[in-house]
Amino acid sequence: MADLTAAAPLTTADGRPLKEALARAQRRAKTRAFLLVAPLLLFVIVSFVIPIAQMLHRSVYHDGFSANAPAVSAWFAANPPGTPPDEAAFAALAEDFRAMKAAKTAGEAGTRVNYTLPESRSLFTKTARDADRLAPPYRDAFLAVDPKWADPEVWQAMRSSSSAYTSDFYLSATDFRHTADGGIERVEPRQRIYVYLYIKTFVLSGVITLLCLILAFPVAHLLATLPMAKANLLMILVLLPFWTSLLVRTTSWMVLLQGQGVVNETLLSLGLITDSGRLRLINNQTGTIIVMTHVLLPFMILPLYSVMRVIPPSYVRAARSLGASSWTAFRRVYLPLTLPGIGAGALLVFILAVGYYITPALVGGADGQLFSNMIQFHMSKSNWSLAAALSAMLLAGVLLLYWLYDRLIGIDNLKLG
Amino acid sequence: MALPVHASPLERIWHYAYLVICALIFVFLVAPILVVIPLSFNAEPYFTFTDKMLSLDPAGYSLRWYDSLLTFGMLAPDAPRDGAWYADMWRNAAWVKAAKNSIIVGFWATLLATVLGTLAALGLSRPDMPWRRAIMAILISPMIVPIIIIATGMFFFYSNPCSILGFECGRLTSTYTGIVLAHTILGIPFVIITVTATLVGFDQSLNRAAASLGASPRRTFFRITLPLILPGVISGALFAFVTSFDEVVAVLFLAGADQQTIPRQMWNGIREQISPAILAVATILVVISIGLLTTVELLRRRSERLRGMTPR
Repeated sequence: MADLTAAAPLTTADGRPLKEALARAQRRAKTRAFLLVAPLLLFVIVSFVIPIAQMLHRSVYHDGFSANAPAVSAWFAANPPGTPPDEAAFAALAEDFRAMKAAKTAGEAGTRVNYTLPESRSLFTKTARDADRLAPPYRDAFLAVDPKWADPEVWQAMRSSSSAYTSDFYLSATDFRHTADGGIERVEPRQRIYVYLYIKTFVLSGVITLLCLILAFPVAHLLATLPMAKANLLMILVLLPFWTSLLVRTTSWMVLLQGQGVVNETLLSLGLITDSGRLRLINNQTGTIIVMTHVLLPFMILPLYSVMRVIPPSYVRAARSLGASSWTAFRRVYLPLTLPGIGAGALLVFILAVGYYITPALVGGADGQLFSNMIQFHMSKSNWSLAAALSAMLLAGVLLLYWLYDRLIGIDNLKLG
Repeated sequence: MALPVHASPLERIWHYAYLVICALIFVFLVAPILVVIPLSFNAEPYFTFTDKMLSLDPAGYSLRWYDSLLTFGMLAPDAPRDGAWYADMWRNAAWVKAAKNSIIVGFWATLLATVLGTLAALGLSRPDMPWRRAIMAILISPMIVPIIIIATGMFFFYSNPCSILGFECGRLTSTYTGIVLAHTILGIPFVIITVTATLVGFDQSLNRAAASLGASPRRTFFRITLPLILPGVISGALFAFVTSFDEVVAVLFLAGADQQTIPRQMWNGIREQISPAILAVATILVVISIGLLTTVELLRRRSERLRGMTPR
C-alpha cells in the first residue's frame, strides 16, 4: 500500500491531481466570497474613502497663489530663500498683478498668502486695483501703492505660497508660523488654540468615558445577575435612549438644564438653591459632559453586559468560600474577568466622543466646544485647507484608536443590542 | 441577585444602596426622554411644568404645539379647515415637507444599505473570504470616522464628483441622490454588524444540504439562508433607517432648500429659538423609537429561537 501512494499521486475521479483540483476549488470559493463583498467595497471606496482622501489632499495643496501669479512664482523658484527681492522680482509681480486684475483673481492669490501672513489679502486686492498704474521702476511703484511691499515678511509669505504643495496649513494647525528669515516659531501664547483644543477634546472624552464607566458598571452588573425575564425588561430602559433620536435627547436636556428649566425649578422649590443662585448647567463645558455621558452610556453598558452575562457566578462564590471578603472577591476575581468588556466599552465610547459634533454645538456654549466644532467653524469661514489639516489631525487620532480597538477587541466583536 | 440568608448587616445595607444607585442610573437614562412628553402638551410657551399642569388642571394642557407643526409654513394657516386647507398643509407646511423628505431619503438609503450590506455580510462570513479583517475595518469605518470629516469630504466630492476623473459632470450637492448616498454610507456599518452577528450562529451545513438536494445557489439563498437570517437583516435595516432619520450633519452640508429633513428642521428650531413645538416633534419621534425598539426586540428573540439558542 505504501508503495502505491508514493508511486501515483492522488487524483480526482476525472484524473486530475487532487492537490491541483483542491487549490482550484479553494480559489473559486475565495473569488465567490470576494465578489459578494465587491459591490459594497467599491461603493464605500468611491463615495467614502476617496472623498475623504480628496479632502485631506487640500491640507497640503493650495494653488491659489501659484496658479494666479506664475511669473513671481518662477522668480522664487530661481532664487534661493532669503534673497531680497530685486527689480526683476517686482517686474514679475507687476506682470502677475496685471493678469490678476484682468482675471479678477487677486483675491484668490491674496487669500492663499493670507493663510501664511494674516492681513495680507487686503494688500493684494488694494494693489490689484492700481495694477494698471504700475510702471518702471517697479519697486518704487509698488512702495507708492503700499509701503508694506518692502516688508520681508510679505515676501517670505509669498515665497511659501509660491509652490502649490505646502505644509503651511499643518504649521497653522499646530500653532506654528513662519518667521521673516524662513524659520518657524510658535505663535503668541494667546493664539495657541488648536493644540490646546486637541488636548482638551481628548481629556474631555476621557472624563466622559470614565463617567460612562462608573454609571454603566453597576447597571450592567445588575442586568447580568438578574433572571433573564427581568433583565430583558430593564434592558428596554437601556435600549430606549439608544434608539431615540440624538437631537431629541439633546433637546430634552436643554429643557431640563436651562436656567428656567426643570432641574433648576425643582431645586428652587426644594429650597436647595436661591433664585439668584440658579446653576449654570448648560451652554458650557458642564452641559457637554452631562449630555454626552447620557448619549454614550448605552455604548458602554451593552459590551459590559455581554461580557458580564457569561461570567459564572460560581467563581465569586468559590472565592467567598475560600475566605475572601466580598470586596476582595470583587477586586481579585470579578473585576479582572470584566476587563474585556471594560476595554471594549471604554474604547468605543472614547472613539465616538472624540469626534462628537452635534451635542457640543448645541449645548456646549463657548467653552464646551470640541475639535469637530473647530473644523466646522473653519469650513463655514471657507478656510478649507486649514479645516482639512485639522480634519487630518483628528482623523489620525481616531484611526489610531480604531486600530487599537481592532487589535485588542476585534471589530467582529462590535455588537449593537 | 437575591441576598443570601447569611448576609451580614453591612452587606444588607450595601445591597440596598446598590439597588438604589442602579435605580437612579435608570432614571438618568430614561427620565430626560420621557420628560418631554408631558411638556409638549404645555398650554404656555414655557419649558417647565406650570402650576396648572402640576395640579392636573385640563386648562394647563393643550394640543396647540402639535397644531403649530401642521400650520407652520402654510400659505393660509387661519383659513377654515376644509379640503383646500389640508391640501395647503400637505404641500406647504414646513414640518410636513420635512417628514416627506425624511421618509423618502430614509427609504432609499435603507434599501441600498440593506441590499449591499447583506450581500457583503454573506461574503464576509464565508471562511474563504480573503483580506477579511482589512475589508471589515473599511466597511465599519463610517461609524467610527467623525461625522464632520465625512460630511466635509462629501461636500467637496459631491460638488464635482467627476473631478477625480478629470472632467466636470454636474453636482450631487442639493440633490436627493447626494443625501441618499451619504446616508447609505452611514447606515452600512449597522447592517454589516447585525447581519454578520446573525450569521455567526448560522449552520453552513444547511446550505450544503440544500445544494446536495439539487437546489441552485440562488434557490438556496432565497429558500434557506434568507428566511433564517431575515431577523438580522430587518433589524439592520431598521438601524440604517433610524441612522438616516436622525442624521443632521450630512444634511447640513449637502442639502439644498428642497431637501430639508426633520432633524434639519429641528436643528434650525433649536439653534434659532427653541419653542415647545420642538418638544411636540420630539414626542412623536420618541413614540416612533419605542415602536422600532419593540420591533427589534421581538425580531431578536425570534432569531434566537430560529437558531435554536437559549430560549427566553
